[in-house]
Amino acid sequence: MRVCSTKHHDGAGVSGGAGVAKKLNGYVGFSNYPNQQHRRSIKRGFNFTMMVVGESGLGKTTLINTLFESKVYPAADNGGDGSPRGAASPVVPPAGVDITSVSADIVESGVKLRLSVVDTPGFGDAINNDEAWRPILENIESRFDAYLAQENRVNRSKIVDNRVNALLYFIKPTGHGLRAVDIEFMKSLHSRVNLIPIIARADTLTPREVEQFKAKVLADINYHGIQIFKPVSDQFDDPETVADNRAIAAKIPFAVVGSDRLVERADGTKVRGRSYPWGVIEVENEDHNDFVALRQMLLRTHTEELRDETDVALYESYRTQKLLALGHVQDGTVFREFSPRARQEEEDRVHAAKMHKLETEMAAVFKQKVQEKEDKLKKSEEELHSRHKQMKAMLEKQRHDLDEKKARFAQSDAPAVAAAAAAAAAAGASYTDPAQRAALKDKDKKKNRFF
Amino acid sequence: EGQDYVGFDTITQQMERKFLKRGFNLNVILVGESGMGKSTLVNSIFTTHLVDSQGRRTAQEVIRKTTEISPVTQTLEENGVRVRLTIIDTPGFGDQCNNEGCWVPVIKYIKDQHAAYLARELKPFRDRIINDTRVHACLYFLNPGSRGLRPLDVEVLKRLTEVTNVIPVIAKSDSMTSDERTLFKRRVKEEMAFHRITTYPYANADDDDDEDRMLNNSIRDLIPFAVVGSEETIDVDGTQVRGRRHGWGVINIFDETHCDFVHLRNFMLRTHLSDLIEVTAQRHYEQFRTSQLRQIKELRDQQAAGAAAAGVPPGAVATQPPVAPLPHQPVAQV
Repeated sequence: MRVCSTKHHDGAGVSGGAGVAKKLNGYVGFSNYPNQQHRRSIKRGFNFTMMVVGESGLGKTTLINTLFESKVYPAADNGGDGSPRGAASPVVPPAGVDITSVSADIVESGVKLRLSVVDTPGFGDAINNDEAWRPILENIESRFDAYLAQENRVNRSKIVDNRVNALLYFIKPTGHGLRAVDIEFMKSLHSRVNLIPIIARADTLTPREVEQFKAKVLADINYHGIQIFKPVSDQFDDPETVADNRAIAAKIPFAVVGSDRLVERADGTKVRGRSYPWGVIEVENEDHNDFVALRQMLLRTHTEELRDETDVALYESYRTQKLLALGHVQDGTVFREFSPRARQEEEDRVHAAKMHKLETEMAAVFKQKVQEKEDKLKKSEEELHSRHKQMKAMLEKQRHDLDEKKARFAQSDAPAVAAAAAAAAAAGASYTDPAQRAALKDKDKKKNRFF
Repeated sequence: EGQDYVGFDTITQQMERKFLKRGFNLNVILVGESGMGKSTLVNSIFTTHLVDSQGRRTAQEVIRKTTEISPVTQTLEENGVRVRLTIIDTPGFGDQCNNEGCWVPVIKYIKDQHAAYLARELKPFRDRIINDTRVHACLYFLNPGSRGLRPLDVEVLKRLTEVTNVIPVIAKSDSMTSDERTLFKRRVKEEMAFHRITTYPYANADDDDDEDRMLNNSIRDLIPFAVVGSEETIDVDGTQVRGRRHGWGVINIFDETHCDFVHLRNFMLRTHLSDLIEVTAQRHYEQFRTSQLRQIKELRDQQAAGAAAAGVPPGAVATQPPVAPLPHQPVAQV
């Protein structure tokens, strides 16, 4: 167990599996979780929907019955000894591609599987097969639509999942690579379903021819950019699983032979296969054909991956395209990790910014008012100042006038006054001397007699 | 391999591998006053020091004025199974004199996680495996020694049980004798029945088989779990024991006669872990989603009515899967 822990105080969850795990000091028990899931899914059961597409006569029905041990199409229904179904009546040319579905509930070791097989009789059988793929694509997309509608319902307690998990496409063993109808089909459907190409009726090809044909088919697939389902390994798989996956992947496209009847081998044992004058081809012999590999991948190792890929990748891309086409807008903000602390900080920031703005506004207003008051005071100061000046000037003028008057008045008696003043000054006496004053008084009296 | 053997029963193994690869999220919220032993209990359950106590240690620390939400996420691994465990502590809950509304941040956080999940689920381009931050379990800590539920407990439990799986726990139960414990549990159960408070596990009439039902009944008898937590190991006659040493005896938290710790741990992790997660998704989340979608529908109906009144033909109102802003928005749209 690894040591370091990832401690977050904001994030409410770390996505992805890449976190380094903390070391535990004892057995806690949450490793029982997959077991609990196991029990739950067993109770619920599983769904698996498979589609088979190919021209008639390629052995589709037989292969389904071989895969599922005749549990899907009951014996009365199948083609019998290889003749086409309903051969008793004259062959009626099919009117386009039909979509038929058969379901079966299979239980094994307590595991319930609801298996649905969707057949497409009439595909590629008409003269003009231009848009033969269209009804099939529409069927697949309508299943996606049905699931999308259920997912968006208000009450989602019962969701029925009948989306197509795998499509087996049967290729005619011509030896010459893919035909036009094959390429058209695969190009139209590979983005909506897990494509599994199958070389049908492989008993007409020798081993070398099988190798060459497979190479040609793969070359065509690569050239046209067609996506087919391939088993991939990841870091969690043990080396054995990785090797197995690689072996299976190397056999794609699977060259298969199907048979639901027992035939006798040279040594007397009975096996499922086809008996020819020149030998017996055994269905379950890995040297004879790839049936075992196909069954392994489809049913025993990659069933869940096929379902998962349908759910996680194919359905999601369809949903995204459809919703965007309907006019929904992708709002990326919801994908930010939500954390209460970050949100609180953001609110605080917004609040602080608001406060700051208010503050600056108030400061500006305050300044302005102060300025106004100052101006007013200055003005009144100036006014007072000027008034003061005025008054001072007035007073000065008055004083000046008075001085003038005084001067004029003094001038008329100037000598006498001057003499008296001089005398007074010379004698050092002031007006306080009574004798002098008396003398001056007399003088004044005399002056006044003249007036 | 018998003749009839198809072989798809290995699908369960394939699914197990898928879970191992992906790992899973577990989010648990702890609600209770400070000093109840919440952090110690979590550390005891996971046998490791995962969370620090958020209580006041010094006098200088301020008593929190509101309930804070503080989530801590860690990745744990055991036998190849990886869990992203988030423990959400709620320091400040119930710590003030006036505890009116102290549950509001808790309820809001839980609802916000549902809303965030719903918002992502509705987007055209989304991760199929959405990172699940929804709260799967709430451990509610009851005061030992009170006579049943306190008024605060009643108020909070009523609201909590509507949005998440609540597991009531009697904290620090080493202060009660066995008789007091039984009495207290009975009181609590009676009061919860009286106030119509339903805690996890819920009675599912259709889903469970007999085995599950018996197990759930035995769990319901034990609720609330009387637990004692400890991060210390004590030496008792040579054996190392997780517990608490008093002058008059030693409590071994793994002893079922001493406390219900083992039952709580087994219940939460070993038997009902996947159920806790599923019930959150299928019951609480779906309830939330239903109410949100109904509100949106009502809104749209009002708009349509307004448009009809204004003379616009009703068909003009778009009939798409809802993308209107959800009434409950967790993230501020800046």
